[in-house]
Amino acid sequence: MSAVTGRRLTSALFVGFCGLSVLMALVPLAFVLFFVVSQGIRSLNFDFFTQMPKPVGEPGGGMANAIVGTLIVTGLGSLMAIPIGIMSGVYMSEYAGTRFSSAVRFAADTLNGVPSIVIGVFAYGVAVLPFKQFSALAGGLALGMMMIPIIARTTEELLLLVPSTMREGALALGSTRAGAVFRVVLPAALPGIITGIVLALARIAGETAPLLFTSFNNRFFTTRLTQPIGTLTVQVFAYAISPY
Amino acid sequence: MGRTRGKGGDMGFRAGTGVFAFTLVLIVLAIGFELSRQSMDSLQKFGLNFWRTSTWDPVAGEFGALPFIWGTLYSSVLALVISTPVALGIAVFISELCPAWLTQPLVFLTELLAAIPSIVYGLWGIFVLVPAVRWLETSTPDWLRQTPLFSGPPLGVGMLAAGLILAIMVIPFTSSVAREVLKSVPLAQREGAYALGATRFEAIRAALFFARTGIIGAIMLGFGRALGETMAVTMLIGNNPQVSASLFAPQYTMAAVIANEFTEAADELYLSALVEIGLVLFIVTLIVNGLSRLLIWSMARPGKPRVFVSTVPAAESAA
Repeated sequence: MSAVTGRRLTSALFVGFCGLSVLMALVPLAFVLFFVVSQGIRSLNFDFFTQMPKPVGEPGGGMANAIVGTLIVTGLGSLMAIPIGIMSGVYMSEYAGTRFSSAVRFAADTLNGVPSIVIGVFAYGVAVLPFKQFSALAGGLALGMMMIPIIARTTEELLLLVPSTMREGALALGSTRAGAVFRVVLPAALPGIITGIVLALARIAGETAPLLFTSFNNRFFTTRLTQPIGTLTVQVFAYAISPY
Repeated sequence: MGRTRGKGGDMGFRAGTGVFAFTLVLIVLAIGFELSRQSMDSLQKFGLNFWRTSTWDPVAGEFGALPFIWGTLYSSVLALVISTPVALGIAVFISELCPAWLTQPLVFLTELLAAIPSIVYGLWGIFVLVPAVRWLETSTPDWLRQTPLFSGPPLGVGMLAAGLILAIMVIPFTSSVAREVLKSVPLAQREGAYALGATRFEAIRAALFFARTGIIGAIMLGFGRALGETMAVTMLIGNNPQVSASLFAPQYTMAAVIANEFTEAADELYLSALVEIGLVLFIVTLIVNGLSRLLIWSMARPGKPRVFVSTVPAAESAA
């Protein structure tokens, strides 16, 4: 009898622990969100979006250059990643059984696991060093490389969810494989793919490490792609480690 | 329709999309190639000594990366020790215990942890976590402070702060994959256990045991994430290259040294040494991630959809 009670007790403790771990994850989440909102809300005004940063320590000013910079660099990244990502996703789902598609899938997952700082070092080597110039383009390359695997895998998974009857219908009506994919299957999966892209964008826009030595930083407003450009994340880092 | 038909058109489609797919493979190879090329100087000059010595003196041209390897491994293992029980607890709670209406909100909230940028974690760490850790350090009793694990001045920044922030950041990755893996355990496994009179804990333990390879894969995936995490760690670990067992000591990681010193690396040997650190980080994460994926994939049996191993939990909930 006591053995049964013991087992029941263990079970109850285990259930309690699982519930507790959910709380343990939600507490830091709430803390971080509260911290960002409570500290940030005071500085969030019209100037923040339209003014240039003041020197460290002086109140006022804004982040106009960094906001535009983040938009430009993530935009460049998407320009590169969306076509490559979607087409690779199409390939992986269309030729799912082949050895090459497994290799591509493995490469995508590998690339996804490569630390962002390493991507930055690579982009520095191929896009900064040869031109002796930090640039928005180099930053876009780094971010694009991080987006490709996310978009590719999302596209693949979503295409596989489209009922095969739709494809078969298109093929039965005499469509080519390309026609069936681009006119029937891909449009059916498109809303989900767009959601995936937006999520990838949101994640990439928050990246700092790959931008530290590609797009670098710039205290001035610029839209020139061959120049160093300020971004929100790098700006935050610059302020955070400054001695003030 | 007057369009290219038949095999010719299909081959064109295959080749066209295949070229894009091949760029993915190409990028991974290019990273390995480029990093090796850039680190040639340092590889040739120091050889294996690079990883055995711990003098990091850019002015004298002496580069030993042992403290960075140590710091990366220490902080990642620490993060793993803290995060694994919590992440598995979350996975079990969401997939096995909680009422159906709570599943989606909890999935969303726990995965929101992965959506917060590293730099924001770092900022929060500096202003909230570090003071908390400092308080913890000053209130540690003296006899405990004598032990190597807790020695050193109470700075706040250091291994413990870094390990804690890493643990928080890794939790959503481990828990989301573990949840997917648990989902792939046949219901009959649990029903069988219940039929034999098992308690809830015993039934879930059976399911966890059944899914063990995938669970280990999930943990390794988190480990891979922790190894390469840069910004938050850079801001919290104290950036002091030393090999210390102490949780309270400021230390340094491979990713952090690259982030801090790359733009300052004036001469070629210095840069090359930093790239070599990047190369090793690349290879190590490649191995850890590769292994974790093999383990997770081995969970998917024929006729069952493959477990979706997205390392982007948020993207998964969109699917």
